[in-house]
Amino acid sequence: MMEEWSASLGMLQSSAILLYILKGTLFTVIISAIAVILGVILGSVLALVRNYCHSPRYRIFRYAAVAYIEIFRNTPLLLWIFICVVFCPVPDIFAHRMFGLTTVETTLLFKASIALILFTSSVIAEIVRGGLNSVAAGQFEAAASQGFNTVQTMVYIILPQAFRNVVPTLLSQIITTIKDSSYLANVATIELMSRVRQILSTANIYNGTGNINVSDVFVLYGCAAAIYFIINFALSLVVRHINARRKAAASAYRTAKA
Amino acid sequence: MATLVSLEAWLKVWTYKSTFLLGFLTTLETALFAVLLSLCLGLLFGLMSTSGKTALQAVARVYVEFIQNTPLLLQICFLYYAMSFSGHSLSIIASGIISIGVYHGAYMSEVIRAGIQSIPRGQFEAAHSQGFSYLATMYYIILPQSIKIILPPMVNQVVNLIKNTSCLYIIGGSDLISITYSFVTGANTGGAHGPAYLVSGVMFFIICFPLSMLASTWENNLKKRERLTFKKEPAVKAEDLS
Repeated sequence: MMEEWSASLGMLQSSAILLYILKGTLFTVIISAIAVILGVILGSVLALVRNYCHSPRYRIFRYAAVAYIEIFRNTPLLLWIFICVVFCPVPDIFAHRMFGLTTVETTLLFKASIALILFTSSVIAEIVRGGLNSVAAGQFEAAASQGFNTVQTMVYIILPQAFRNVVPTLLSQIITTIKDSSYLANVATIELMSRVRQILSTANIYNGTGNINVSDVFVLYGCAAAIYFIINFALSLVVRHINARRKAAASAYRTAKA
Repeated sequence: MATLVSLEAWLKVWTYKSTFLLGFLTTLETALFAVLLSLCLGLLFGLMSTSGKTALQAVARVYVEFIQNTPLLLQICFLYYAMSFSGHSLSIIASGIISIGVYHGAYMSEVIRAGIQSIPRGQFEAAHSQGFSYLATMYYIILPQSIKIILPPMVNQVVNLIKNTSCLYIIGGSDLISITYSFVTGANTGGAHGPAYLVSGVMFFIICFPLSMLASTWENNLKKRERLTFKKEPAVKAEDLS
């Protein structure tokens, strides 16, 4: 029993395995960051179209945005990963070796990341829409009275306030996206979760006991859980800090007014 | 994409329609039991975290933080492999129900905690002064008031839970997504990607869309009512100023 545990822990002392896991962590973080950044851009466009394209000429865009958001929000991410793996075209820039990955791995990574970006953008669109709705209607009227046109009103007045309101929610969305990125393990991409699964399936070679023991499961998944926990918990502390500061500022504002 | 308009591919899906239905029912069954488990855990830990007892609150905090900050996929793999490698084999559906229930239980408990904390402190004190016990206070006074705040996010969690049943794929489950995938890669049935994915997407959509619509209309109504109550206040304040 004791030997099994020390054999499993011994796996983590091998620098090759540690490096393999850490590279997977790096890929997880990078994929999630790209998904959130592109998701914010795509999601803002969707949210603006869904909220403000009321004129009959552009109504078709609004219906398209609503359909996009609702379809992606109400179907599982894994379905979209499978669909993208089959149907998503890969541009030539991504279809060759890079970052020490084979061609197969990069194309798979590209396709799966596209699925994650599309899925994340629909969630972020709803978050941004919540922010847009929280901006008071008087702001539009004030901007119109000062001679701002629609685009200027959006860029200078509405969007800055809307984004300020949803910064904590967007940060929490990064946590969710990091967790969602583990779904990419289903198609054997190269992020943390799939790398840990890969090591587990060949643990009998690495731990020196000749077979996979329950201690390997505990050590490997425990290690992955610790990595995910550290990243996500740090992010959630940031969210809590921002929320606490805003609450304090709001109550200070109320007391100052009273 | 070409398979979407190929009659042959659609016929293949039609021949195996009972397989898809079976997967759909497995998904619903898993989701149903997982929702029940998550409600029980959510209520238990939600009450613990609002109990005011440091030890209970700490336990609830650790549960929520640990579960919410690690992926469901990792938890499901951990449970399934830990059980199977230690010799106590757990069925795929059972490990799915347990891990999905525990995962969403953490979210449910946060929803319930927020609902309970939205009730003013005075209500607890008033109930206490009238001789209500803790459970009676919760059952007769606090929960009926907070239920309208709790329900919309809770329904959203149910939608997420149904979508997350797709996690079963990684341990070789027989839910809708896994069945669809083995259908499109199977030796006899392979190739009909377009129709198969469309069918399983539509099946998820017809379950999840009404639920998320319900949640958002509920939430909007609540906000509208709030705005109406807030609108009255400035009028009163304006009088005070003059």
